[in-house]
Amino acid sequence: MLDLAPPTAAATAEPVLKIEDLAVHFPIGGFLSFGVQTVHAVDGVDMELRAGECLGLVGESGCGKSTLALAILGLQAPTRGRILLDGRDVSARGTDRRERARAAQMVFQDPYSSLNPRQSVRRTLEAPLKLHGITAKSEIDDRIAAVMRHVGLRPEQAARYPHEFSGGQRQRIGIARALILEPRIIVLDEPVSALDVSIRAQIINLLLELKETMGLSYIMISHDLGVVEHMSDRVAVMYLGRIVETGPWERIFTAPRHPYTRALIDAIPDPFGKGLGMRISGEIPNPLSPPPGCRFHPRCPEARDFCKVEPAPELEPVAGGHLVRCLRAGELARPAAGVSEAE
Amino acid sequence: MSGESLLEVENLGIDLKVEDRRYPAVKEVSFAIRRGETYGLVGESGCGKSITALALIGLLRPPLYIGGGTIRFKGQEIQAARAGVIRRLRGNSISMIFQEPMTALNPLSPVGRQIAEMFVLHKGATWKEAEKHAIEALAKVRVPAPDRRVKDYPHQLSGGMRQRVMIAIALACGPDLLLADEPTTALDVTVQAEILELIRDLSADIGTAVLMISHDLGLIANMCGRVGVMYAGRLVEERAADEIFRAPSHPYTAGLVASLPLLGARARHGRQRLQEIEGVVPAVTDFPTGCRFNPRCAARTDICIAEDPPETSLPQGGRVRCHHHA
Repeated sequence: MLDLAPPTAAATAEPVLKIEDLAVHFPIGGFLSFGVQTVHAVDGVDMELRAGECLGLVGESGCGKSTLALAILGLQAPTRGRILLDGRDVSARGTDRRERARAAQMVFQDPYSSLNPRQSVRRTLEAPLKLHGITAKSEIDDRIAAVMRHVGLRPEQAARYPHEFSGGQRQRIGIARALILEPRIIVLDEPVSALDVSIRAQIINLLLELKETMGLSYIMISHDLGVVEHMSDRVAVMYLGRIVETGPWERIFTAPRHPYTRALIDAIPDPFGKGLGMRISGEIPNPLSPPPGCRFHPRCPEARDFCKVEPAPELEPVAGGHLVRCLRAGELARPAAGVSEAE
Repeated sequence: MSGESLLEVENLGIDLKVEDRRYPAVKEVSFAIRRGETYGLVGESGCGKSITALALIGLLRPPLYIGGGTIRFKGQEIQAARAGVIRRLRGNSISMIFQEPMTALNPLSPVGRQIAEMFVLHKGATWKEAEKHAIEALAKVRVPAPDRRVKDYPHQLSGGMRQRVMIAIALACGPDLLLADEPTTALDVTVQAEILELIRDLSADIGTAVLMISHDLGLIANMCGRVGVMYAGRLVEERAADEIFRAPSHPYTAGLVASLPLLGARARHGRQRLQEIEGVVPAVTDFPTGCRFNPRCAARTDICIAEDPPETSLPQGGRVRCHHHA
């Protein structure tokens, strides 16, 4: 059974976040202007995040997903392209940094290093409020108490310091800090991977509840495909700075088309079977000199000669909302084992 | 225990000594590994799985001490063996690979030399012969252009390549037992799949038994024949790998299995709320009395707080340590 509940009204509305042809390039090495090479960390990404949806962003280290997240939050200046929040371009110079902070916040992977050990939880939570002009003590108290309750902590615990909390509780504090300015978008960067396995379910359930009750939209970066499948409405798979496949979660997980997406899914050890799925060999090539043509071709078991030459494949639709960057996407359709294809 | 056991661990205890107090970080852990078998130890951080492995090759360092029990390797007790005896075993008959290959390799020595060292130290080869063996060993772990790679330093290699070098070092002398402590946790999933396959293939070729340690229950169930689940320093359940997900017996194992968002579950059953295990993993200095899982257990009764549960053999095979096991 697929839970193909009709999308809520909110999920079909205008995107809360739109990214157009975003690129982040880093110059590396060289002396003055001689010999400078460029890393194309993010290289022409188009993406939409609709209200109330969770977009799962997956890919291996070095694929550009974290750089993309930093660019969305305004912590990394894009080389080209636009970022629109509620239709307003926030990537242009001179836009108000605080306006963006009110719209989008981030939850970090490591709840140990992402909280200031010398600040009480209260100080951590009140700093953003004060920066954003909320100075009345009663309002600060009310908002801190409310956000503590939302994340499953008691308001009086705000007087404590991070070391007095467990890893799961610290991640709750990290979530509270992201929520305190009441943003519409939260970027979750590996939100549970630093937590003990028996604690992860608590945080995953909390994040899904908050999304419903507070009408949040998530961009979730994760390498754990089980978590991505569980939480996401849509998924985007990145490889060497580009999106190679994107679509509704059930398409990505039951009918993946790009050989890289399939390899990622097949690489997860299946606890019930000893069968090994498709294997790819090698590792992500040096981003300073990405291969010509399809950037995945050196590792792709399906590559043909035409994959190895320019022009690189474009992201093309294969079904409703499902786009694939592969010249052989049409031939490579396969029914997923045990699950009927959901159209 | 059967005579064909390669390694027999009986009632192993490991104590953490803080000032004058001893805390039982690992208590009465027993398991046996047969020749050529792949055995998994799974548990969360702090459950004692890594220090159990370190104890097996005499690498426990203060403030950790062996607090009791026996470790028999090929019938010989080694828990109190002299340093020289252990050193001859280590790297030769028992070897280990670690989570982070960058910190386990010597950054100042070419990787080929670090592999060659094994042949010189344990097999009495000359450096010239050993370097030839090193190239062959790198080829076996499927490193491309091994004759050139032997001259590389660890920082010149990717994480996956470094872990291959670690495996080449660990398997150089054809050990009887390989201890693999989270060997792929630092790697990307596609690289993880390759490394796991490599460990599986090579250990099968040489007939090496593997003790695989991980927090990833899915990985352990996939790779191993039998699995031991550790919680707060105790082995709470030991089962055949294909049963641990289907019919877990200990409430902790059952809770863990139900709390995991397994790949494919949503496509099959729709999105179900994940079952949460309440509370937090206790610290070593703060283990509860009775069953160490009791504060978090939904099946808890008075006896769980009062009495440490004994180990029970299950009719379907395996063992469990719980007053109310399924």
